[in-house]
Amino acid sequence: MHSDQAISHAVTLNINKCKGCTTCARLCPTEAIRVRNGKAQIFYDSCIDCGNCISVCPHHAVQAVVDRFEDYKDRYAYCVALTAPALYGQFLNLESVDTVLNGLLKIGFDDVFDVAYAAEMVSNYTRRLLQEDKLKRPVISSTCPAVIRLIRARFPSLCDHILPVVAPVHIAAKMARDLAVKKTGLPPEKIGIFYISSCAAKVTDIKNPIGIEKSDVDHVLSIRDIFIPLLKGMKNLPGGLQKLGKSGLIGIGWAASGGEGAALLKEKYFATDGIDHVVQVLEQLEDGKFLSGTFIELKACTCGCVGGALAVENPFVAMARIHQVCRDLPFTHALTPEDADYEAYMNWTSPLEVPETHTRGEGMAFALQEVVRIEELKKQLPGLDCGACGAPTCAILAKDIVRGSAALTDCVFMSKQSSSQPDPENESEEKNDK
Amino acid sequence: MRDVNENAQDILHLHYVVEPDNFAAAGEASSNVKRILKHIGVSPDVIRKVAIAMYEGEINMVIHARGGDIDVDVSPEMIRMVLRDQGPGIPDVEKAMQEGYSTAPDSVRDLGFGAGMGLPNMKNYTDTMQIDTEVGVGTTLTMTVNIPA
Repeated sequence: MHSDQAISHAVTLNINKCKGCTTCARLCPTEAIRVRNGKAQIFYDSCIDCGNCISVCPHHAVQAVVDRFEDYKDRYAYCVALTAPALYGQFLNLESVDTVLNGLLKIGFDDVFDVAYAAEMVSNYTRRLLQEDKLKRPVISSTCPAVIRLIRARFPSLCDHILPVVAPVHIAAKMARDLAVKKTGLPPEKIGIFYISSCAAKVTDIKNPIGIEKSDVDHVLSIRDIFIPLLKGMKNLPGGLQKLGKSGLIGIGWAASGGEGAALLKEKYFATDGIDHVVQVLEQLEDGKFLSGTFIELKACTCGCVGGALAVENPFVAMARIHQVCRDLPFTHALTPEDADYEAYMNWTSPLEVPETHTRGEGMAFALQEVVRIEELKKQLPGLDCGACGAPTCAILAKDIVRGSAALTDCVFMSKQSSSQPDPENESEEKNDK
Repeated sequence: MRDVNENAQDILHLHYVVEPDNFAAAGEASSNVKRILKHIGVSPDVIRKVAIAMYEGEINMVIHARGGDIDVDVSPEMIRMVLRDQGPGIPDVEKAMQEGYSTAPDSVRDLGFGAGMGLPNMKNYTDTMQIDTEVGVGTTLTMTVNIPA
């Protein structure tokens, strides 16, 4: 598996809250978690930051590493809030996105910029790229960082199907900064770009972006952290909201699964969400089963970005709300000549590192031996996948044993068996002593 | 469903039993082999060939032969698949190898199978293929896919 060794991860464990229940270990799509000494252990080499573990932990022990607005706002002379479209699904009876945007201005931000605006630009650009027909079909969307990391780790043969286009948040950050500089005359480094996100994977993506050298986003804030202050800000607005929202339903729709695909208008698309469904689809694609559609939208979270680990609302409720908000919006913002300038930043500048996964010669012989030993061990293990050993399944324990990070005695059933049987070695030793 | 023999040499032996009429399970053996080959680090092109050839063979066993056995041997040089059944046998092998020719019953075609591409696909995706068949006795198919050095 590919290992992002130098990167910092967005997922962290609060040891005190962890009960060692193995829930996170079972659901991790890259087998990156084990339970040792009654506590979960995340093996970051394999972690793709999908945030599944954050969402499923019944004890809220797995947490996202995010920045807090209070800690960083004083570094900057001008703070801009970038809103992930998922934000608009978090509120009951939201009449207009402007309520949220005005609310943000009330709680300390100097300006706002809708990521959905950049999403519309990216959709427009992607439509043209697809029509040019130079990409390998089917094309896989590149906006979900967890999915890209998953493909790199488990399905590397699909890497060249990934759309080499920069995610809207990075384009939005660049535009927001440029606009702020123009507006205020301040130097660019005095502008703070704060992305309010539902996504743990984006936290890592901003620090180690895919396809570009550096992101223009300065900090990622969690919707969870900002929700209550924002709600208060939204309640105390003077009559007459400033018209701040500029995106149409094409951009806002990106928040829910299927929105990105639908934004491509005439292209046939296929959208799926939830990491286990994504894995199923990727396996089919790897098998060469060309699913109907030229564009495959894959989102690691249930219902898409609204289901991110940093969101507050139930994903299904949030998705319904997004669709409702969209009903009152125009189709898309009218693309301007200034928008066209940003197309220069939409292609990936660095290609995705594709790990060399296949072995040859001696490497193959070694790998074969390993598999033989693993299969042999699996025969010995009970096959119950109880998780008591700390590995989510017996197959994974077998792999760990062969690789030296676990022992057969870790298995509760194996230990029980050997302790209830007389030890032939000891018996013969005793005989010799006499 | 699966049995593994330990072998001191660098050969992995896998054995699968294909259940008759079990369309829900059809394809499980080839998926399993695919997963194992991926773990060994066989290149995706080779895995695809093996997966397709084995899947077609497996489906044929379910549709026509009332199930059977599959033995897969993996060595650093190649993958060999031997598919054995005690089904009706193939009366006219040349005809069966024609693209589009199918003897699948309607009930099976209704499920989306029976396009008549099984044997032709198996031949196209493998490096060697041998068919030993006798009407009223059964069929044994041996296929190999090479692993390039």
